[in-house]
Amino acid sequence: MNRAYYDIVYNKPLTENIYEMKLEGDTSHITAPGQFINIKLDGFYLRRPISICDYDDETITIIYKVVGQGTADMSMLDESNYLDVLCGLGNGFDTSKCNGKAVLIGGGVGVPPMYNLCKKLLAEGKEVTVILGFNTKDEIFYENEFKALGAKVFVSTVDGSYGTKGFVTDVLKDVEYDYFFTCGPMPMFKAIEKIAKTSGQYSFEERMGCGFGACMGCSCKTKYGNKRICRDGPVLEREEIIW
Amino acid sequence: MVNTKVNLCGIELDNPVIPASGTFGFGYEFAELYDINCLGTFSFKGTTKDARFGNPTPRIAECTAGMINAVGLQNPGVEKVISEELPKLAKCFSKPVMANVSGFAIEDYAYTCEKLDKEEQVGWLEVNVSCPNVHGGGMSFGTSPEAAAEVTKAVKAVTTKPVIIKLSPNVTDIVSIAKACEEAGADGISLINTLLGMRIDLKTGKPVIANKMGGFSGPAIKPVGLRMVYQVSQAVNIPVIGMGGVETAEDVIEYIMAGATAVEVGAANLVDPYASFAIVNNLPDVMYKYGIKNLNDIKGCAHNG
Repeated sequence: MNRAYYDIVYNKPLTENIYEMKLEGDTSHITAPGQFINIKLDGFYLRRPISICDYDDETITIIYKVVGQGTADMSMLDESNYLDVLCGLGNGFDTSKCNGKAVLIGGGVGVPPMYNLCKKLLAEGKEVTVILGFNTKDEIFYENEFKALGAKVFVSTVDGSYGTKGFVTDVLKDVEYDYFFTCGPMPMFKAIEKIAKTSGQYSFEERMGCGFGACMGCSCKTKYGNKRICRDGPVLEREEIIW
Repeated sequence: MVNTKVNLCGIELDNPVIPASGTFGFGYEFAELYDINCLGTFSFKGTTKDARFGNPTPRIAECTAGMINAVGLQNPGVEKVISEELPKLAKCFSKPVMANVSGFAIEDYAYTCEKLDKEEQVGWLEVNVSCPNVHGGGMSFGTSPEAAAEVTKAVKAVTTKPVIIKLSPNVTDIVSIAKACEEAGADGISLINTLLGMRIDLKTGKPVIANKMGGFSGPAIKPVGLRMVYQVSQAVNIPVIGMGGVETAEDVIEYIMAGATAVEVGAANLVDPYASFAIVNNLPDVMYKYGIKNLNDIKGCAHNG
């Protein structure tokens, strides 16, 4: 982890309430896809934890949903602003556990961390299928970005306005895979857990205090003892999760 | 040159800055960021007789200029704190540490304090009396002078190191409770613990925190902490550690002027992991700015005016 100031390169809407922001600054503390950053916003006491969508030596891309006043204010920032950020938080996904075909399942605002993970798995020479789940066509983002990486991409929408009608699991049941990685809402996790045929990793969300393991605000019980979602997670392996 | 040293119950601190229990773990998350030996000391994660998972999540809510937590004293229990946490702590911290203890029965406090008292690195025992008494209808030990004194006596009877009683601000008369602890043998008083608060989610119409209520901390509570330190430090003859909303070196000086001997930094560590480090570094400059050569010269100066 490090704390540093990051310049905003751009901050633009992808859908009605989903924004993509690119930050420039020290990325040397990011060690794995699926880690997150914790952003201080003027006028708000606690930081906002947002998953890292992609990063390189100088920049970080995040995608976030406007859910409250903090993220609403964040959506108004532009390249004249900079942000106080704690960077490289959490464990992230462990791609070494996947030997063979990977399936990446992202639901809604759980899609972003799948992007850098997809890049990494492809770079490791693994075959990657991506399933993106949204409520409706207007909420879809990053389908083309995943395709451009070279992954096989499927989209599901609950109302059937685009792709497969239904849930990510309606696609997953027909996909061939040896390992899965997923991030998204709890109902989606529970549906995946019911039909998943292999080992895999889930990235969890929880209301956090500090985001770096000090306050024990986001603890959960696992088969291997108590874990802090912010520090020992957000990624947990399927075998250790208590549902 | 300014002198930042203070004496806390017979142990000299290089400076009065003490990260508060529950905001600093057992130190090593912060030791990755800076050398925590720069601190006066720190108060480690509240330890109980048995391991505790704590409350269900969500445990955290945000509010204006502060936060609410209902972690519920998650800790591995005193045996594991001694066998696992303290050896790790010793690798990154070479000063005496403050052992923070909680309990739900008088015997629990005595048991846990007796064990920790024997640990070489423990310099002080900070006893949190804000927990509910399971044998007393769930009422917090810290809300009655009698119960707070009983805990103090029980702990003093089985320990050798300075015992600091950490008081809850959720009381009508903090002074009577502090005095009762002093009479029962307390070596110091620390205050304030968090204020009981809550938030409600407008979308669901339900409390944000699973436990419904929690401890409110952050800069918003500083005036309450200052007022209580001001009152208590005039009423007792033992050192008082002030806390509540401390974020800057200026806040530290304000608490010392109110009568504190040392000052704890809580929620600020969670928002900025370098907060305590920055306070330690800035303190000499701020002292110089206000013409303060020695912190002992200004201790309680607000009492005379």
